[in-house]
Amino acid sequence: MKKFAYWIMVMALLSAFLAGCGATEAPPEATMAPETEPTAAEAEPTAAEAEQPAGEEQTMVIGFTTSQTGSYNVSSLRQVNGLMLWMNEVNDAGGITLSDGTVVKFDYKTYDDESTTERVQELYTRLSTEDNADFLISPYSSGLTAAAALIAEQYGKIMITTGAASDSTYKEGYTLVFQAYTPSSRYLTGAVDLLAHVDPSVKQLAFVYENDKFSTDVVNAANEYAESLGYEVVLFEGYDSETKDFGPFINKILESGAQAVMGGGHFQDGSTFARQVHEKDVDMNYFALLVAPPEPDFADLGDAAVGVIGPSQWEPLAAFTPESAAEAGLEWFGVLGSEFDAAYQAAYDEEPSYHSMGGYVAGQILQKAIMDADSTDPEAVKAAMEAMDMLTAYGRINFDTSPEAHGLQIGHSMVYIQWQKDDAGNLVKQVVWPLEGKTADTLYPKP
Amino acid sequence: MLVPSLMDGLLLGFVYGIAAMGLSLIWGVMDVINLAHGPIIALGMFGIYLGFTGLGLNPYLMLILVIGGGLLLGVLIYWVAVHRVINAPHLSTLLATFAVNMIIIGIATAIFTTSPRNVDFNLGGFPVGPITLPWTRILAALASVLVTALLYLFLYQTRPGKAIRAVSDNRAAAELMGIPTSWILALAFGLGTMLAAISGGLISTFFPFTILAGSSYELKSFVICVLGGLGNPLGALIGGLLLGALEGIIPAFMETSWVPVLEFVLFVLILLVRPQGLLGSKT
Repeated sequence: MKKFAYWIMVMALLSAFLAGCGATEAPPEATMAPETEPTAAEAEPTAAEAEQPAGEEQTMVIGFTTSQTGSYNVSSLRQVNGLMLWMNEVNDAGGITLSDGTVVKFDYKTYDDESTTERVQELYTRLSTEDNADFLISPYSSGLTAAAALIAEQYGKIMITTGAASDSTYKEGYTLVFQAYTPSSRYLTGAVDLLAHVDPSVKQLAFVYENDKFSTDVVNAANEYAESLGYEVVLFEGYDSETKDFGPFINKILESGAQAVMGGGHFQDGSTFARQVHEKDVDMNYFALLVAPPEPDFADLGDAAVGVIGPSQWEPLAAFTPESAAEAGLEWFGVLGSEFDAAYQAAYDEEPSYHSMGGYVAGQILQKAIMDADSTDPEAVKAAMEAMDMLTAYGRINFDTSPEAHGLQIGHSMVYIQWQKDDAGNLVKQVVWPLEGKTADTLYPKP
Repeated sequence: MLVPSLMDGLLLGFVYGIAAMGLSLIWGVMDVINLAHGPIIALGMFGIYLGFTGLGLNPYLMLILVIGGGLLLGVLIYWVAVHRVINAPHLSTLLATFAVNMIIIGIATAIFTTSPRNVDFNLGGFPVGPITLPWTRILAALASVLVTALLYLFLYQTRPGKAIRAVSDNRAAAELMGIPTSWILALAFGLGTMLAAISGGLISTFFPFTILAGSSYELKSFVICVLGGLGNPLGALIGGLLLGALEGIIPAFMETSWVPVLEFVLFVLILLVRPQGLLGSKT
């Protein structure tokens, strides 16, 4: 037995050593660019530009990491798919033509970050120094983005963050990091409002959430908001990201007497949580989870998905149009949501999720900033982003420019979806909140 | 809350026990720590997943194929990676099985990616008072008890089983008695991997997984082996139940982040106070 314990320790040391060796190896380049037909009208040169002589072509390298492996794999790949779709559309449409005739096109450099902070730090340093990326796009998730943002700021690279909602990254005094997502402090507050709307008699809430930066930020903000509305939070507990068995949490929820449950974290844990709630036949009236429900793959849960609510940064049903931009007094930019939806499905043969749109809009923000700046100079592009206030298929984009929260997204807001069954018994996503954007009434109580 | 938590934990513990039994058997018979244990658990999960989603087979029917596949894979791994270094220092067998671990993970990641998978198989629940126990977990526990019983019968009532025990006791003496020790070692390795594959297959019916999911169950298996005692299948099952019960009960009283802390405190205590484990003695 002592020998066995000795060999376990040897094995642990060996694993740590090999993991360390692995971290210094050159990672493989991702090859994920789809072959797409150009659909972007916005990248086409104007008549005035077309009259100019063809200028010098300039290729901007966008650096980012992809979680090709690890727990963020699903969401990260969709985010990168959206970004690649944007890049192909712009390049296929001839790039961006500046007033001096320069044609700006885009290329990319990416590596697998294995969903770990350590890899992100190493790879964003590499992208900024060895690969000389001109602009950076964040990895997926708030935790990884916090690590990448530090590197971007250190090496003076503009970074557009997407798939990263945590507020705290933008309160570090950074000046080059710009957020596409609605911040986590506003992620679940709408779910509390929806609950108050569908059943004002509910007064006890439970928060069960993933113990990571993003989810903790979200539930802390939602908890504060719920308490300000008079709710009693009877359970507030985090779980490890690798949790597979939610039995202990489900038992605690039952014990607490909570009438509504909110929380979750990312796709894998959220879908597991929902499945086990269904298997254990838990009497839960209201169940709202982060990230997982808006993903099309959530429907694989079958009946376990019915009634589950989730905040979404974007849904194909969302009706942002040039007309709504005009009504709001905003500049419209880019394609319609339905055009993005069709182009994405043609390229990847799957429905886009909001992560896909997040990748796409990150590219759009960079494109619009270069167009507004009429330059690729980082200072000019940064100034254009600070002045940006536009409406896209994704929604409104406007950044905080105060020193306290520079780069924080203040224009965009969430929609809330719920999985319901249509007349034919098929699972469909419906927008249930805000009321002005709803496509169906909320299914309450959850079956 | 204590009773439902304990029942949840015990049902899981049976399956943990099966996983640990495989590791324990291989160590007990041939003094090899099988670092490919985790990936084989994951392959068991994917076996069920592919049968269920690709062929539409009932997971429990598919388990029969997983059992056969696990046994054959183990025999193959033994002859390819372990046999030539079986008498070499322990580091050689450790590295050999680690290499197999890396090969399986590398190939399987290329094929399946690390995307989470889910066997969408729900048999409903069995109400016990105020709680509902999912049938998939109940059946997994029953299957684990059946496998343990069959393993005992095999080891104590059949000729190959007795040969495995003889080789475990004294390989040289068994060789002199005419036992083909290399084939017996291959069989033992096959049985160990078969048990790992079975546990993975059963887990896949109620938990989602990726190709990397086996590592956490491998770690649990090491702890269980120390708790229950090496080389003793019943010890592994009891160790599994103990670990499952802890995982069920601890969160009822404190934050779940304390579970691994207390588990490993127990691990160290057992090593200090009763290093042979609860039922341990090398057979």
